[in-house]
Amino acid sequence: MTTDNLTSTDILKTAESLRWQIGRDFHDRLMEDIYTDAARLADRAVTRPDEKPRFDLDRTIDRIVTSRTWGFPMMILLFTIVFWITIVGANYPSQFLSSILIDKAVPFLHGIADAINLPWWISGLLIDGMYLATAWVVSVMLPPMAIFFPLFTLLEDFGYLPRVAFNLDNIFHKSGAHGKQALSMMMGFGCNAAGVVATRVIDSPRERLIAIITNNFALCNGRWPTQILIATVFIGGLVPAYLAGIISALAVVGIAMLGVVLSFVVSWSLSRTVLRGEVSTFSLELPPYRPPQVWRTVYTSLIDRTIYVLWRAIVFALPAGAAIWLIANITIGGTSVAEYLINFLNPLGILIGLNGVILLAYVVAIPANEIVIPTVLMLTVLMTGVNAGAGAGVMFNAQSNSDYMTLFTAGGWTLLTAVNLMLFSLIHNPCSTTIYTIYKETGDKKWTAVAALLPLAMGFIVTFFVAQIWRLFAG
Amino acid sequence: MNDKKNTQALTPNHTAAAAGCATCPAHNASNLLKLGVDMTDWDYVIALAGNPNTGKSTVFNALTGLRQHTGNWPGKTVTRAEGGYSYGDKRYKIVDLPGTYSLLSTSLDEEVARDFILFGQPDVTIIVVDATRLERNLNLALQVLEITDRAVVCLNLIDEARRHGITVDDRRLARDLGVPVVPTAARQGEGLDALLQAVSEVATGQTVCKPHRVKTESAAIQTAVETLVAQIQAAFPGVPNARWVALRLLDGDDRLADAIRSGELGDLRRQEPEAMQDLVIHLEPA
Repeated sequence: MTTDNLTSTDILKTAESLRWQIGRDFHDRLMEDIYTDAARLADRAVTRPDEKPRFDLDRTIDRIVTSRTWGFPMMILLFTIVFWITIVGANYPSQFLSSILIDKAVPFLHGIADAINLPWWISGLLIDGMYLATAWVVSVMLPPMAIFFPLFTLLEDFGYLPRVAFNLDNIFHKSGAHGKQALSMMMGFGCNAAGVVATRVIDSPRERLIAIITNNFALCNGRWPTQILIATVFIGGLVPAYLAGIISALAVVGIAMLGVVLSFVVSWSLSRTVLRGEVSTFSLELPPYRPPQVWRTVYTSLIDRTIYVLWRAIVFALPAGAAIWLIANITIGGTSVAEYLINFLNPLGILIGLNGVILLAYVVAIPANEIVIPTVLMLTVLMTGVNAGAGAGVMFNAQSNSDYMTLFTAGGWTLLTAVNLMLFSLIHNPCSTTIYTIYKETGDKKWTAVAALLPLAMGFIVTFFVAQIWRLFAG
Repeated sequence: MNDKKNTQALTPNHTAAAAGCATCPAHNASNLLKLGVDMTDWDYVIALAGNPNTGKSTVFNALTGLRQHTGNWPGKTVTRAEGGYSYGDKRYKIVDLPGTYSLLSTSLDEEVARDFILFGQPDVTIIVVDATRLERNLNLALQVLEITDRAVVCLNLIDEARRHGITVDDRRLARDLGVPVVPTAARQGEGLDALLQAVSEVATGQTVCKPHRVKTESAAIQTAVETLVAQIQAAFPGVPNARWVALRLLDGDDRLADAIRSGELGDLRRQEPEAMQDLVIHLEPA
């Protein structure tokens, strides 16, 4: 054993002295040798056709979608089309689902509960709490997800996302971040936890931290439905019906773009303050465009993304539904626990252009952003008592967008509330899964705290200023 | 020797060798376990390497029947995915390594791929290359062949190459690289049977690879490598990748320096291909 160790030390010593002898360019020389060999071998094996530079479709497309002038407009156009299809297409299935799952099923379930003489609090907890929360999640979220995710995945399969990364790379570079951050951000548009894991492709710890902290500004699966619903109800409601779809789509794209801008701004600030350092370079390959395998893509994106996100939402909605029903129905001195909490949060909520209901919903939804909207709706019903039939603490049955509008208006919502909810949803802290992933990836409590609290603070600051300025001008 | 004979009486074939000696096919199980690969129900472990966006994940899915989403952009697989398949009467565990352009830099994805091939000693490494971008893809292939001599090159996207009017002479390439080359179009399932066949032949030792090794022009580097290789082979007899270890040490790879210090490198003995072991075992009773 000792001899072994001696020899090991010898080897390392020899290696060290040899490294001095052969000089610093060893690595480059080695790479050069490999490249030379690769070129020679490839040349021997490959026969290219005797072609004159013929029309190359890939290059022509690339010239447009990555052009300095047209790159960004094309990007906005494509995403707007995707959201427009999603918003317009999701309307009918959404109504259909809620008429089945809520209009028909709830009275039916209550009928059964009455027939078997279930105590009111058990049927309340099960039907008006857990079942309704879940049914709500399904009818609000399933249709847009079933349309949006396959479309987004088709864009991805076609090879468009690397072009987006290419367009953004230069700006990231100027922000003092790694160009590969564009890739992890694209991943974050699906799921921030996945985006955080994807930052492993970045070698420099400094740039990796920047990428991790700013990944939150890529709007994730759980937040798309919130944006789509609020944009449809409030922003789409501002314009005549024939423009509603396109305007709400533009609003969602605008929020997503704002997220991109914010990640530039935050990257820039971080790289000039606490995470100062050199920018590394890298080469980004633009893969060839490939005709997407349409059915395969629809299938995998339904399985991988839609069902996955829906399942996650349901898993969190069940206990959340129970919890909301309980806090809404347990009263202390004639006032429900929920009302105490909401009244406590209300001053802060109003100050930043939101309200106590929304803040409480964000507390409930820390494990999963997916359940923000169902929680908001349920709490609003409780606070306003709009729905006379079902009683407080039961989710309101919103069949069409105008029903949502009635409900929100009764809850004291204005256009400012909607805009700030969209902003807060974009900027606020990542969900607990992402925070845990950040902790696992960085192994550092301090940076995990920064990644969680920095966006939260920014969310409050941005909504606060928007509210103040809005009130200044709108009276 | 006696050891081998005794265990052979208890259990047939290569599992006997597994119990008996360090050079068995279920070999290296402890190192693989350290890398997080459980080899309990598997006969062979296959690593899948390749540049990003060469259809590596598609090949992985086609072989394992998994439906992992495969996106058309580089850097999709950052962590390792695992799956398995049966071919003939053997069960293969397949480990999808992160797609990288090289194995020589310090980024985490390259380190994962590099260390797995060196310390995990997979029975076969499938190198997926894009037939339409052969030159760039061979850079990685050559680096993999520096580490392991059991590899099969999967010349993927051959359909796209055909569409662009490119022909790749796979037999010439196989001769030059010294390992089997199988043209495939994984998306269409084309050539996958041939790939499985080639993998099983390398795994069982029916095909013996003589991989191409990069030669350097610089005499100083050559001497340095030779000096180190001699010392490494003296200290760790039977290490199959002495040349690679030397190159990495000259490049200042801390992970390898650690492996030398701890003696971990000594665990990496050259493995006999299974067919040859069978031969040995069959001869022994006589």
